Amino acid sequence: MFLRHKFLSIALAIFASVSVVLAEEPAHDHEHKESKFNIGEMIMHHISDAHEWEFAHGLAIPLPVIIYDNGLKVFSSSNFYHSPEADHEHHIYPYKEAGYVLEHEHIYKIGADGKADKNSHVLDFSITKNVASMLLSAVLLLVIFLSVAKGFNKNKGKAPSGIQSFVEPIIIFIRDEVVKPSIGHGYEKYLPYMLTLFFFIWINNLLGLLPGGANLTGNIAITLVLAIITFLIVHFNANKHYFLHLVKPTGVPAALLPLLVPVEIVGVFMKPISLMIRLFANITAGHIIILSLLGLIFMAKSLGSATTGWAVSPLIVFFSLFMNVIELLVAFLQAFIFTLLSSMYIGSAIEDNHDADHGH
Amino acid sequence: MELLTPAIGLLFWMLVVFGILVVILKVAAWKPILNGLKEREHQIQSALDLAEKTRAEMAKLQADNEKLLAEARAERDSILKAAKESGDRVIAEAKEKAQAEGKRIIEDAREAINNERAAIVSQMKKEIVTISLDIAEKVIRKELADKTSQEKLVSDLVKEAHLN
Repeated sequence: MFLRHKFLSIALAIFASVSVVLAEEPAHDHEHKESKFNIGEMIMHHISDAHEWEFAHGLAIPLPVIIYDNGLKVFSSSNFYHSPEADHEHHIYPYKEAGYVLEHEHIYKIGADGKADKNSHVLDFSITKNVASMLLSAVLLLVIFLSVAKGFNKNKGKAPSGIQSFVEPIIIFIRDEVVKPSIGHGYEKYLPYMLTLFFFIWINNLLGLLPGGANLTGNIAITLVLAIITFLIVHFNANKHYFLHLVKPTGVPAALLPLLVPVEIVGVFMKPISLMIRLFANITAGHIIILSLLGLIFMAKSLGSATTGWAVSPLIVFFSLFMNVIELLVAFLQAFIFTLLSSMYIGSAIEDNHDADHGH
Repeated sequence: MELLTPAIGLLFWMLVVFGILVVILKVAAWKPILNGLKEREHQIQSALDLAEKTRAEMAKLQADNEKLLAEARAERDSILKAAKESGDRVIAEAKEKAQAEGKRIIEDAREAINNERAAIVSQMKKEIVTISLDIAEKVIRKELADKTSQEKLVSDLVKEAHLN
């Protein structure tokens, strides 16, 4: 089974890197004609959120724009992107009829001068590329795990079959190797959240590696929400020893308390912040590395000729394939680490003080 | 900096979607899956326990069988021994009895022989007396055929039979 999984991963990686190349090439070939190839801008464009889902240049799905500005307004993002006054070079897409302008993927009101009014507060609840990708992952998770749950009913008292036998070892792994040892007694209560967390991060990491995929788990808003949920779970379930320990760490001389208590309190907030940054930075960094490698092809092309671009591409494809395989590992690893650390934070907040004291 | 500022829309959707996802998966997926896993583990454990128990029982049964066999063997031995003993005793008794009977028969025979002999001896004695008396009578008759000899005898007898 493991072998099959490995094979699948490699096949996926090859597919991903080859398709990324295919997807990128026409896009930036086109850009190159218009302006000088800007690798930094290209990377930022790919790891940032967008109001349309672009698979390749010219092949994009417009997504609904939902804004709250004195009432809810809903319209298609094609109104922005296909605007006659669109300024592609500076990423300014006005939608004159509605009075809004999309500038670097931010929606502003059009001011009196016909330009974006940067002081306008338009709340943007659009179904962006990231939201769409998140919804897709949610549907995938529901389909996968509801069918696994169905499998449990169908194969009651029998050996698991199909996707059930693929997912089951991972669930057992999370339960027995991550959640159970970290949280200890009463871990069952947190298991649904931990499993959802793990599979949500993992599947979104993997979806992000697909060509045209969104950089969802590499978006700070996503990791922030996950970190806050973990933070809230920790502090709603923490026992009095945990809070007592913050203001009066055991075994610390009184003279050191003014120094240690702030450290402890900072530590409380550092934990979710580290969770947030770690996932965001790892996934974004992975995307940046792959995009940089692929960008090298176009750099070579803009510095030399199309032949130079073709000449370097086999090597670049090899490297980006290598990175994609590593990213597959990172995708699992980051999901695992987020889940493990969340479990450990909960575990340390609910453990009995008797055990904690021995450590000091 | 663009990367580090969370977008309000994404925060909102993430909270909503992830929240709903947790709730739905918890009810519709994790509960049956985790219960199923636990149940299966329980089943496997109980099957293993049962196998272990059965093995122990088999071993016990075998031990019992062996014990039973040993007992049966011992009983057979004791029965055989008892049978042999009783056979021996019967033979010994029979022999004793036969000896005693033989002895008794011999004794009886001896007694009968003795009786017979005594009867014969007494018969013979009687016969001898009769014959002797006949002979004596004949001798006396011949001796006292003449008168002188009779007188002489009488006188001798008288002489002898004088008053003493």
